[in-house]
Amino acid sequence: MVTLSRLRLGATALTLTALVLGTAACGGTTRDNAGSDSGGNQAGGTANPQAPIKEGLKIAFLPKQVNNPYFTTADNGGKEAVTEVKGEFKEVGPSEASASSQVSYINTLSQQGMDVIVTSANDPNAICGALNQAKAAGAKIVTFDSDTKPECRQIFVNQVTAQGIAENQVKLISEQIGGEGEIAILSATANATNQNAWIELMKEELKKPEYSKIKLVTVAYGNDDDQKSFQEMQGLLQAYPNLKGVISPTTVGVAAAARYLSGSQYKGKVKLTGLGTPNQMREYVKDGTVDAFALWNPADLGYLAAYAGAALASGQITGAEGDKFTAGKLGEFTVGKDGVVVLGPPTVFDKSNIDKFNF
Amino acid sequence: MAHDSLTPAPPAGGGAVREPGRRVGLGAPLGSWDAAIVAGLVVAVLVAGAAVPNFATGRNAQFLLLDLVPLALLALPMTLIVVTGEIDLSVASMVGLCSTLMGQLWLSSGLSLELICVLVVLLGALLGAVNGVFVTGFGLPSLAVTIGTLALYRGLSFVVLGDQAVADFPAGWTAAVVRPMPGTSIPVMVVPVLLLALVFGVVLHATPVGRALYAMGNNAEAATFAGVSVARTKFWLFVASGAVCGLAGLFWTLRYASARGDNATGLELTVVTAVLLGGVSIFGGRGRLLGVVAGVLLLGVVRNALQLADVDANALTIVTGTLLIASVVLPNAVGDARARLHRRRQRAQVAAP
Repeated sequence: MVTLSRLRLGATALTLTALVLGTAACGGTTRDNAGSDSGGNQAGGTANPQAPIKEGLKIAFLPKQVNNPYFTTADNGGKEAVTEVKGEFKEVGPSEASASSQVSYINTLSQQGMDVIVTSANDPNAICGALNQAKAAGAKIVTFDSDTKPECRQIFVNQVTAQGIAENQVKLISEQIGGEGEIAILSATANATNQNAWIELMKEELKKPEYSKIKLVTVAYGNDDDQKSFQEMQGLLQAYPNLKGVISPTTVGVAAAARYLSGSQYKGKVKLTGLGTPNQMREYVKDGTVDAFALWNPADLGYLAAYAGAALASGQITGAEGDKFTAGKLGEFTVGKDGVVVLGPPTVFDKSNIDKFNF
Repeated sequence: MAHDSLTPAPPAGGGAVREPGRRVGLGAPLGSWDAAIVAGLVVAVLVAGAAVPNFATGRNAQFLLLDLVPLALLALPMTLIVVTGEIDLSVASMVGLCSTLMGQLWLSSGLSLELICVLVVLLGALLGAVNGVFVTGFGLPSLAVTIGTLALYRGLSFVVLGDQAVADFPAGWTAAVVRPMPGTSIPVMVVPVLLLALVFGVVLHATPVGRALYAMGNNAEAATFAGVSVARTKFWLFVASGAVCGLAGLFWTLRYASARGDNATGLELTVVTAVLLGGVSIFGGRGRLLGVVAGVLLLGVVRNALQLADVDANALTIVTGTLLIASVVLPNAVGDARARLHRRRQRAQVAAP
């Protein structure tokens, strides 16, 4: 046994060394010589703006995961739109937000001969292969909320632009603190890409003359962790006694901050706004801790995505820049660069409208 | 082969105590669990083919088999490990870590992809060796050790790439792993999986090492006394598991063209389900690789057919859970019933003359 395994070990080591040396010697595929192929197959065919929306289109929604209130709301918006265009609606999705299980669902949908697949990608690259296969089999692909690489879908319905968020958040806090005083930002993690982009744009926004009396004193990071955000909010108020307002553009952060504020002496005196969901923020809006906060309306997002899919499948648009289509109650939209359609400015929630939303 | 006559004694003894008549092996597959699973697989395919639209197409077979490649790979070493009475729950995390290591090496090392593939498999083996050292060197229970490394390796895979993904692998490579064999709809990747299954099957069922695995699964102490090097064999099993995770990591990364920290999260439970469904006893000492391969396919067919039939994700999870419970309970219940029957017969024989 012993000699045998020694022998085997020796043989294995020899083989591996040979392999390593062999591959190292004859070059092989490296990052530099691999070459990137970005074969964009955007917008095939020509659009016919007069084409009517076809009836009986099979439109499937594949969210990042099921059992998630945000996506349930978005998908219900999609269902409403599909019913309006007299199509067949279907929602499928994995119970855990993973790209690999989305791939198997995309394959299933393509196998079922769907006309439109509307999806929110768990990974911008991982589902590309499956989407391209589905596209080759005749399906139109619309992404919403989270995009894939542009060449893997025809349309991306973006909830909002970074600029839109920055403008909205600064405007909200300025209204609430009366246009002057110190403010702080409570963000997610220090390296969260979209948070940092928004914060940069907010700083730009604050340079405008109408906000000249507002001073941003610091940016704190709650790591999108409830406990940490709660403590950071506490720390902010102690460190900056003159603080008038806080912007927390993350759903976890804004809810934790509101919870701290509502139980503290600063309630109603220090203003808080940010991006939050109505269900999380309802009690703080009603007890006066928070005047108003914002988020895009996921139902509208799903509604618009479904209309974009129906327009694609009916040949009204191809996903090319400048294509126009009408999305029911939301009105007319124009396809922008790279096939992006923007939903519009975020919806502001306050005492007057918060009970109309459930997500 | 020269050892053939020396080692079979202890496992055969152990086998005889547990399951009379089992030793005949291939001679008496009728009524055994793996035969039942193979039959179940055939029934599932026929039912799905008849009842679920779009199931029985070459395109769907391709999707189905591609989805099963990582599961099938991981199930091979897992079968051997569970046969010895151990378990490796860190497999999915090792796949994730190997995937991010591959991504990081491709991103920043400038090495060729061929070399990176070799390195990743070696790194996988190293990760497995860490498990092996803890289990055999320190004599810790593999359940505890690999739950620990499950968390540890997953954490490390996020350290390697953070929440970023590496996705610019050459298109030739990513297309190659999903390509079907010319003229068929069977993915080429099925070939290496089958070859590897053949290797593991031969080791388990036709070599002294394989018999030693059953022996230590039945009774490690008796196996030791019979001259089997229990610790060393188990150590190498964990190394093999790690190396196969490296392979699965390569496949996963190239198939999804994306190296990320959360790749293959939760896959370990599906692997264990497939192995137990294949008739391997969670207590060790029992099970055949054929059953496991059938178990993997059965799991894949059931999931694929239910998905095509628009059964929602929650029900799918429930089905997987139920299959796992059934695969643990049923063989035990059948074994118990058989043993009772056997005892009654023996008693009857004793009383009869």
